[in-house]
Amino acid sequence: MTWFTYLLRLGDDALIMAQRLSEWVGRAPVLEEDMALANIALDQLGQARLLLSYAGEVEGAGRDEDALAYFRSDREFLNCQLVELPNGDFAQTIVKLLCFGVYQDLLYQRLAASADERLAAIAAKARKETAYHVDHARLWTLRLGDGTPESHRRMRQALEEVWPYTHELFEDDEVTDELAADGRAVRPGELRQPWRATVESLLREATLEPPTEDWAPTGGRRGIHTETLSYLLAQMQSVRRAYPTATRW
Amino acid sequence: MSWPLWEVFVRPGRGLAHTHVGSLHAPDAEMALRHARDLYTRRGEGVSIWVVPAAAITASSPDEKDPFFAPAADKIYRHPTFYPVPEGVEQL
Amino acid sequence: MDSAEQEAFEATIAADSTIEPRDWMPEEYRRTLIRQIAQHAHSEIIGMQPEGNWIGRAPTLARKAILLAKVQDEAGHGLYLYAAAETLGVSRDDLERRLLDGRQKYSSIFNYPTLTWADVGAIGWLVDGAAIVNQVPLCRCSYGPYARAMIRICKEESFHQRQGFDILYTLTRGTDEQRAMAQDAVDRWWYPSLAMFGPPDAISTHTERSMAWRIKRFSNDHLRQKFVDMIVPQAEVLGVRLPDPALRFNAKTGHWEFTPPDYDELFAVISGRGPANRQRLTHRRTAYEEGAWVREAAVAYAAKAAARAASQSSGTAGPPRAPAVPDEVA
Repeated sequence: MTWFTYLLRLGDDALIMAQRLSEWVGRAPVLEEDMALANIALDQLGQARLLLSYAGEVEGAGRDEDALAYFRSDREFLNCQLVELPNGDFAQTIVKLLCFGVYQDLLYQRLAASADERLAAIAAKARKETAYHVDHARLWTLRLGDGTPESHRRMRQALEEVWPYTHELFEDDEVTDELAADGRAVRPGELRQPWRATVESLLREATLEPPTEDWAPTGGRRGIHTETLSYLLAQMQSVRRAYPTATRW
Repeated sequence: MSWPLWEVFVRPGRGLAHTHVGSLHAPDAEMALRHARDLYTRRGEGVSIWVVPAAAITASSPDEKDPFFAPAADKIYRHPTFYPVPEGVEQL
Repeated sequence: MDSAEQEAFEATIAADSTIEPRDWMPEEYRRTLIRQIAQHAHSEIIGMQPEGNWIGRAPTLARKAILLAKVQDEAGHGLYLYAAAETLGVSRDDLERRLLDGRQKYSSIFNYPTLTWADVGAIGWLVDGAAIVNQVPLCRCSYGPYARAMIRICKEESFHQRQGFDILYTLTRGTDEQRAMAQDAVDRWWYPSLAMFGPPDAISTHTERSMAWRIKRFSNDHLRQKFVDMIVPQAEVLGVRLPDPALRFNAKTGHWEFTPPDYDELFAVISGRGPANRQRLTHRRTAYEEGAWVREAAVAYAAKAAARAASQSSGTAGPPRAPAVPDEVA
């Protein structure tokens, strides 16, 4: 069960990230950015499908990726709260992508050496994608942080909004302790230092400072979310839930 | 405010030259490369990309089209089809 | 007008060769192309909306991925087309503004709302099907950059119609509710799809000259007929009914006879009175306006970075890397 839980956490992170990013398609600041955000959303969605399919097999109850995506309630979703936050303006989306992207990239780097071969393979593939996501976030962080007074102000505001939700990414618990012990998973706490080093040096290069306040909302890994997640799921699951007897789409 | 125009060249595979595929707008070279990747190589069409500011390209004038290109037109020996290949010779 | 230039132009057209950006061309040829390519580009961009409307609700993750990739392709196709238009001496920014303030049009079809998931299937099958019939001849259009953009687009779009067909095929083999949803979507999208080919030849204002210039290869009615002939057998395989009681095969001509779309409705939609015209343009305007600060920031950063690079290469100490906001403001 811990293994199932862990895979769900990874898969849900990617799925909710994809769902939020795809909301940008058709409304990005330039058409080129519609393309880029769609690419990143597609990568995240691809990762989510691999991870949720695997989770379903591990669970052994006959649930596939769609059963897990469309027929769980918000209390059963185990993503971090960071990814479910509304997109906000473009600055907020970029800060989210930076904070989450660097975390995911570091995580997949380590999971590529997981004792579990299947997860290792998924992580190795995903890592090539997350390197690109981080780079994209980096390019925009520099341009918005060190762009105009308006863009700088918005980035500072975005950091204030998003930063508190980054602490949850690095929380260890009994699930990660158990799996880290047999080499299948990584203790999230181990990622905190390299994450801070990367993100903070990039922020400084962009003439920004990491916020200092210590509010650290948490709960996503246990199915406690912000109020926005149930709306996100209501939309995502609406067709499937409206036609519960239909099995093929 | 509009971004400058860039011309994009993609190398479709090893052993092939970069080929002009189109243009795009970007604020600077780094972003132009990124946009080019997203726009022109979504289906794995390339192994390498060049971006060049459109303003940096010097083109032969259309008025001089004939004198400029005519010398090449009579050098048919530059083209493989100039050479007759005897029957039975393959992969020449 | 220089008659030698005019002759060279006519000869190039007559030889079925392509006109390239730096060639001499009649002003009217240039204007016609700018209008047509821009309209085509705008259609791709506005066309992202009706389908994008369902990315968030796609009923399987596989469908979600396909739809996302498809809508992304549409953005890409818009960009290819804007780039082709720019070779004629207009700027993309200018074209986008002309779209936003209503001076340039886009395909009437995207002013219809997508009301159910089956609409995504109907758009893929009927709307993309019609687009393909329209677009394939454009790959041989006389203007080189447009033809090349169209070749790329046609190649990439080959999966679009299939995915639409596949959605409907799955629905018509599903529950009664799913079948009804598919039929309802086809009922609503059939006539607007027929109208995509434009007004009938008898009253089409641009057809004749565009054909002489080989911008256009076939007339509106010819292409419309081709589309109907292609779709009718596919509808049978799908098991959906096309909403035209007059539809029947004419063995003499080898073509399907059909009821033409309501052209008054077409003109009303083109002139801004379709069900979703206002939403489509408002959506686009909002994206454009809300993105302004981002585009400006990127330009400001590029200027700073260029200045830094210049001062570094000239060996002098570069300007200090100051925060974008003065301390008293920050």
